[in-house]
Amino acid sequence: MALDQSFVGRTYPPTEPYEVGREKIREFAEAVGDANPVYTDPEAAKALGHSDVIAPPTFVFSITFRAAGQVVEDPQLGLDYSRVVHGDQKFAYRRPVRAGDRLSVTSTIEAIKSLAGNDIIDIRGDVHDEAGELVVSALTKLVARAADVEEGA
Amino acid sequence: MTSKITYEDVEVGTELPVQTFSVTRATLVRYAGASGDFNPIHWNEKFAKEVGLPDVIAHGMFTMAEAIRVVTDWTGDPGAVVEYGVRFTKPVVVPNDDQGALIEVSGKVAAKLDDNTVRVDLTATSDGQKVLGMSRAVVRLG
Repeated sequence: MALDQSFVGRTYPPTEPYEVGREKIREFAEAVGDANPVYTDPEAAKALGHSDVIAPPTFVFSITFRAAGQVVEDPQLGLDYSRVVHGDQKFAYRRPVRAGDRLSVTSTIEAIKSLAGNDIIDIRGDVHDEAGELVVSALTKLVARAADVEEGA
Repeated sequence: MTSKITYEDVEVGTELPVQTFSVTRATLVRYAGASGDFNPIHWNEKFAKEVGLPDVIAHGMFTMAEAIRVVTDWTGDPGAVVEYGVRFTKPVVVPNDDQGALIEVSGKVAAKLDDNTVRVDLTATSDGQKVLGMSRAVVRLG
């Protein structure tokens, strides 16, 4: 069943702040095998002009995707999460995420489309710091595959 | 932000050094923990096959994290990335052996933009299949 178009433009309340820790950044950088010292050594980060260690570019997805749960699990929207796959992901950065940030995410439904029985939903997560400045916007396209289609992707 | 590559250094068509990233089942378990994405298709072969996948597959966001390293290792400062986007076209299938899978990533400067930024188009393949589409980053150079 096609999703209700009237949800386009709906914005959900901002999430409680997520505090970015140095050790969480280190754990993520190690998990992706990235030895760039800007992720683990505050002095190396300062040498590049950052006030503390910064996070790898895709780190923030863990925060924005959790926030997108408000949309995905909205009973009024009625998305069938068991059929959802991640279609596209984009980030637009104002500045890198860094240790010590307290980040809050506001999720907005940007678009809803129906294509060959698949529901496609674009969710924008605007990530703000404690001062209210925009840090990064994450654009997540989720595809809920038609119930009668069998495919592995 | 400090990039070790300058805008004057590059032309449209400049190629970034190719990199190959290895991914095993252990890599995926570790990434699941670090990212908080515990979907069993990334670690449970039985579950993955039940939902129609050939085997356990890598997190799309893991592949996305690896692909941008071609850019961030080139510029030196990951803080210089202004935009980054991908489409997940094919899964990276990760067999249960010591070898796992390989993801090969190449990049090329596709356009020189305003404000000392360039657009880099990335190509990521695994087992001969293109695993990311529309994979593009905008990065600020020195």
